[in-house]
Amino acid sequence: MKTTDKDHAALANEFNKDAPRVDWHDETLWWVRQKRDNAVKKIPGWEELREAGSQIKNNVLANLSGYLKQFEANAQANGVHVHWAIDAKEHNEIVLELLQSNGVKKIVKSKSMLTEECNLNEYLNLNGVDVIDTDLGEFIVQLANEHPSHIVLPCIHKKKEEIGELFHQHLGTPAGNADPVFLTETARRHLRETFLTRKAALTGVNFAVAETGEFVVCTNEGNADMGAHLADIHIASMGIEKIIPKRKHLGVFLRVLARSATGQPVTTYSSHFKTPRPGASTHIVIVDNGRSKQLGREDFRNSLKCIRCGACMNTCPVYRRSGGHSYNNAIAGPIGSILAPNLDMKKHADLPFASTLCGSCTNVCPVKIDIHDQLYKWRQVIVKSGHAPVAKKAAMGAMTRVLSSPVSYKVAGKLGRLMMKRAPFAVNNQFNPWYKQRELPVVPENSFGEWYKKNRNNKPKDI
Amino acid sequence: MKVGLFVPCYVDQFYPGAAIATLELLEKLGVDVQYPSRQTCCGQPMANSGFEHLTGGCNELFIENFSAFDYIVCPSGSCVLHIKHHLQSDKNEAKAAAIRNKVYELVEFLTDVLKITNLKGSFPHKVGIHQSCHGQRGLQLSQMTELVAPSFSKPRYLLDMIAGLEIMPLDRADECCGFGGTFCVAEEAVSVKMGKDRVADHIRNGVEYITAADLSCLMHMEGILRRQGSPLKVIHIAEILNGECTV
Repeated sequence: MKTTDKDHAALANEFNKDAPRVDWHDETLWWVRQKRDNAVKKIPGWEELREAGSQIKNNVLANLSGYLKQFEANAQANGVHVHWAIDAKEHNEIVLELLQSNGVKKIVKSKSMLTEECNLNEYLNLNGVDVIDTDLGEFIVQLANEHPSHIVLPCIHKKKEEIGELFHQHLGTPAGNADPVFLTETARRHLRETFLTRKAALTGVNFAVAETGEFVVCTNEGNADMGAHLADIHIASMGIEKIIPKRKHLGVFLRVLARSATGQPVTTYSSHFKTPRPGASTHIVIVDNGRSKQLGREDFRNSLKCIRCGACMNTCPVYRRSGGHSYNNAIAGPIGSILAPNLDMKKHADLPFASTLCGSCTNVCPVKIDIHDQLYKWRQVIVKSGHAPVAKKAAMGAMTRVLSSPVSYKVAGKLGRLMMKRAPFAVNNQFNPWYKQRELPVVPENSFGEWYKKNRNNKPKDI
Repeated sequence: MKVGLFVPCYVDQFYPGAAIATLELLEKLGVDVQYPSRQTCCGQPMANSGFEHLTGGCNELFIENFSAFDYIVCPSGSCVLHIKHHLQSDKNEAKAAAIRNKVYELVEFLTDVLKITNLKGSFPHKVGIHQSCHGQRGLQLSQMTELVAPSFSKPRYLLDMIAGLEIMPLDRADECCGFGGTFCVAEEAVSVKMGKDRVADHIRNGVEYITAADLSCLMHMEGILRRQGSPLKVIHIAEILNGECTV
C-alpha cells in the first residue's frame, strides 16, 4: 500500500494538477453537504440535538473509566468476551491470537476506521490471514490496494469508470462497463460467496452502551450483520471513546449521525449486538491507542467526542480540493487533522496547517467539537515543540521584529512598496508562490498612515 | 465617544482607499475618530502560523495605541477577531481585557453601536457579497449556512440602504476564498483553486463588484481576477457605504 513522505501541500499540489477532477471531487462532496443541510433543516430542534449530543459526550469523557468498567461488566454478563488493548500493536495481536487459536485463516470485515488506524489488514496479511472488506467502498479501495480517502465514503475519490476497470481486472466484468447497478450486483455476488465461507467476522462499533453492555453498528449495506450472523466468531473493535451511558441516548446519536454523514434520516441498518447466539462467540476489543493521552490534553480533549460522521470533511473547502489521501492519515480532513498530531506530532505536523481556519467544520459537527479552534491550538503546540520548518521560523522572526516597532514597520512598508514599484521582478517571479497564479496588489502612492499625516494634521497625532 | 481607527498593516500599505473610506464614513456619521500613528499589525500573521508566542511586542504596542479609546473600529473582521480572541498581556492584562471587549469590525460598529438606519449613497451595480469567514463565523456578522437558525446579514442590512445597488445571490453563499493568511503561500495549489472557484461563482451570477468586510479575501480574489484579465472588480464595503469610490 502506498505510503509517502510528502506533506499535505505537496500531495494537494499533485491532486490539483487535474483541475476538472478537483471540480468533480469538490462538487460530489458539496452535494453530500447539501443533502446534509436539507436533512437537518427538516427536523425540529436540530441545534438542540447537537447540544444534547455534545453534552452527553462531555459527560462520557468526564467519567470515561467508570463507564468503561460498567460496559465491560455488562458485556461479560451478556456472555461477551472483553479484551483491552493499550495500542494498535496490542489490538492487532489480540485479533490475530483469537483467529489463530480458532484456526481461522480467512475473515470478513465490515467498515472500521479503528482497524484502518491500527493497520490491521497489513498485519493480518503478513501473518497469513486473508481479510476481505465487505463494505462496498472499502472493497473497492482494497482491490485498488489503497486506503480509504474518507471515513464514511471510502472510495469517494474514484470515478465509476475507474471502478469498472478495477472490477474488470479483478472480478472479470466486461471491459468498459461502468454501470453502478451492474457493478454493485457483481460485488454483491462475489461477497456473498465470501460471507458464506468465512468463520470469523470483524466489525467496528459506533456506539457501546454502558448500561446494557450492548453495542450498535451502523451500516447502509447490512454487511456487518451478514458477516456477524454467518460467522462463528464476531470480533468488534472499538475505541474507548465509543461509550454512551444509556440506551436512550441512541435517540440522539442515531438521529444526528446519518443526517450529518449523508443526509439520510437514519442509517439503513442500525444493528444492536448484545448476546452471542448459541454456539457462536462475540469478542470486543477496547482500544486506547493514544486516546487517553488526548483525554489528558485539555485543549484537545473534546476531539474524542467525534462520532465519525464525516460532515467536517464534506464541508471542508480544503478537503474537497485536496482529496483524502493528501492527509496521509487513516482519518483525513479537519477531524483527522486534530486527531493525528496526538498520535505522531512530527509526522503529522503539516495537518493543522492544511486549513484556512474558516470554521465551517465546527458548525456542521453534530457533537460541537471546536475543530477550527483546535487546529489553531495545535499550530501553537507544533511550533513550540520544534516541528516548524526552519525557513518559516526565520521568516516569522523577521516579521515579528518589523511589526513590533512602529519605525521599522514604516520603513519596511515604504521600502517594500518602493521595491514593488521600481523593481517588480523582485517579487513577481516564480519563487513567490503568491505570484504563480495571482497578481500582487497595485502599489499605492502613499500608505494610509502617510495620507493621514498629510490630510488630518490638524488633529493631535496620538492620544 | 472617542473612536480609535485600527487599520490593518496590509490595508495601510496596499489599500489606503478602504481605510480613508472608513475614516470619512465615521466622520460623516459624527464620530470623533482618530488614527494612532504608531500602530503596526495585530499579530495575526504570526499567531495563525503557530507563532503566537512571538506576538508579545505587537500586543503591547496595540494596548499602548488603543487603550485610551472608548471604541476601536477596524475595516477587517479577521484582525478584529484576532484581537478579540488573542490579545493578552502579562503587564497590562486589565487593559488587554478591556480592549478585547471594545474592538469592533466596521459593519458591526455601524449596526450594533451606532445603530444607523439610513445612509445616503448610490452604487448602481450588481454586487456579490463575499462572506469573509472570520467576520461571519467568528464575529457573526451574518448567519451561517451550516446552522439551522434565522437568517440575518449585517453587511446586507447596510448595503440595502444604498440606492441602485443590486445584491446578486450566489450558488455557495458562504464558502471560504482560500486566502487563510500564510495558507495562501504554504498551500498555494488549494488556495488558488478555492479562490478561482469563489470568483467563478460571482462571475456565473452576473456580479460586477465583489464586496466584503475584509480586504484580505478581496486582495486574494483580486489577485486571481487580475491574472485572469477579468472585468469583475473587488471593493471594500466601506468604499460603497462612504458613497465615494476612491479606488
